[in-house]
Amino acid sequence: MQKNTTPEHRSNAIYGWLLLAPAAVMLSVFAFYPSIATLWSSLFSRGTRRRPSEFIGLENYADLFADPTFWVVVQNNLFYAAVTIPVSIGIALAMALWANANISARSFVRTAYFTPTVLPMIAAANLWLFFYTPGLGVLDKIGSLFGLPSVNWLGQPDTALWAVVIVTIWKEAGFFMIFYLAALQTIPADLKEAADIEGASRWTYTRRIVLPLLMPTTLFIMVNAMINSVKLIDHLFILTKGGPSDASKLILYYIWEMAFAFFDAPHAAALTILVLTVLCIVAAVQFFYLDKRTHYQ
Amino acid sequence: MSKLSHALDSLGAIVLAIVWVSPLLFAFWAAFHTTSDAVNFDLLSAWTLDNFRTAWAGAPWLRYFLNTFLLVTIVLIGQFFFTTLAGFAFAKLQFPGKDLVFILVLMQLFILPEVLIVENYAMVSRLGLFDTLFGVGMPYMASAFGIFLMRQSFKSVPIELHEAARIEGCTLLGILWRVYVPLAKPTYLAYALVSVSTHWNNFLWPLIVTNSPDTRPLTVGLSIFGAPENGVDISVISAATMMSVAPLLIAFLVFQRQFVQAFLRAGIK
Repeated sequence: MQKNTTPEHRSNAIYGWLLLAPAAVMLSVFAFYPSIATLWSSLFSRGTRRRPSEFIGLENYADLFADPTFWVVVQNNLFYAAVTIPVSIGIALAMALWANANISARSFVRTAYFTPTVLPMIAAANLWLFFYTPGLGVLDKIGSLFGLPSVNWLGQPDTALWAVVIVTIWKEAGFFMIFYLAALQTIPADLKEAADIEGASRWTYTRRIVLPLLMPTTLFIMVNAMINSVKLIDHLFILTKGGPSDASKLILYYIWEMAFAFFDAPHAAALTILVLTVLCIVAAVQFFYLDKRTHYQ
Repeated sequence: MSKLSHALDSLGAIVLAIVWVSPLLFAFWAAFHTTSDAVNFDLLSAWTLDNFRTAWAGAPWLRYFLNTFLLVTIVLIGQFFFTTLAGFAFAKLQFPGKDLVFILVLMQLFILPEVLIVENYAMVSRLGLFDTLFGVGMPYMASAFGIFLMRQSFKSVPIELHEAARIEGCTLLGILWRVYVPLAKPTYLAYALVSVSTHWNNFLWPLIVTNSPDTRPLTVGLSIFGAPENGVDISVISAATMMSVAPLLIAFLVFQRQFVQAFLRAGIK
């Protein structure tokens, strides 16, 4: 093992670690230590002035599982993910196919699709308020043309989560379109020519050639969309604040509420750990199955 | 492609595009009209700047703009610094323990700063950075995504340039600075656009860490301004929203191609 002892290798090791040190310190301080600290504090009770916090094992988790709001929030988030992920991916694909096709007004179309991506979610929520406000909003105005009664889209449990879902889809589809657009541009043109010579219809070409070639992109987008279904909650602060009666509350909002509105850090910590666990499973699936190749090359 | 299907394609694409920009168009319309004209869609009604005057007077927007500007600058400078050094180490140096550390770094892609708000808040307070722009920016500086991007970019630099610079007597940091950094300019630009638009738009974390108008970025200011208890109407909210999104939106419309390229480049990891 002579190679590890040459001066060159030794200086490489020193340099390597010195160059990594700043980022390693930052990541430890703001990612790894907080993760471990969260796990640790999720095992302690909430300290009050009279009763200091004490080790209670998994009790916080048991409390969460016994808390009906927790299950409502989990259900909401699953629904949110189950609708936003496939719908925004589907729309993104349609957008990309159109934005890549030789159609009129292509640059307007591309811009229009992508614009929501550069807007803050908070601003997007403000724009959508204008659609949802009962009586005044665009949706009600359109409804009243057809004699439909005014609907309080954000204020009733049946529609509040849908309203939030639609804003998310609006925001996300254009972003995912970009990845599809990139992938479409790497498909060699001769495949299309060959399909034309064989007399394949456009639908056959799309289904048999384009969609399979887009599969890796779809998987990549799907992982991003899964992460986003936990992360994208800013519009809740404007549109519904999780209400009415928790109908539109999502997990990250609930964590925020527990920690910064109810000052219940231990339960927030337990909930955070549950979310991190799910994210780690998503990560593991991605690392080991989906695109090991593209990530580690 | 037949003429008919071509026309249908164009039609579908354009209808979807109109649907997609309509929230923005309606807000734009509302911002320039009185509330009653705005909600009644009276197309002939007079345009007005009153909403902008009211909105502008209602909050310290200039301060918010400045804060957001400073915030994205601080974050970007920090990110460039941390990700360049780490990306270079991962791309070009061989040393024991590298692979393990790299996997740890990749894990951060999934341990989102957004999810760790409680502990990161405690950390920022402990460091005395609560209610400072540094406090808002620091958790994002050693971005795993950025490290990965820089590593990919540095990997593609031919080793001959590295060797040549070394023969000329350049130190390792000198080589990084004179050879690698200039060659990675497009990556830096792409990363900068993605980073700036992300942090310009970030909300939840700044909401938690800032507490006063002196540090609040635009997004937080906008959410407070638009809160129902402030009693502002939809036209004024629209005006405030338009003001806040204008810089980034105009930048996007002008540098559209670069933006899209940046997202493409940053996305294909």
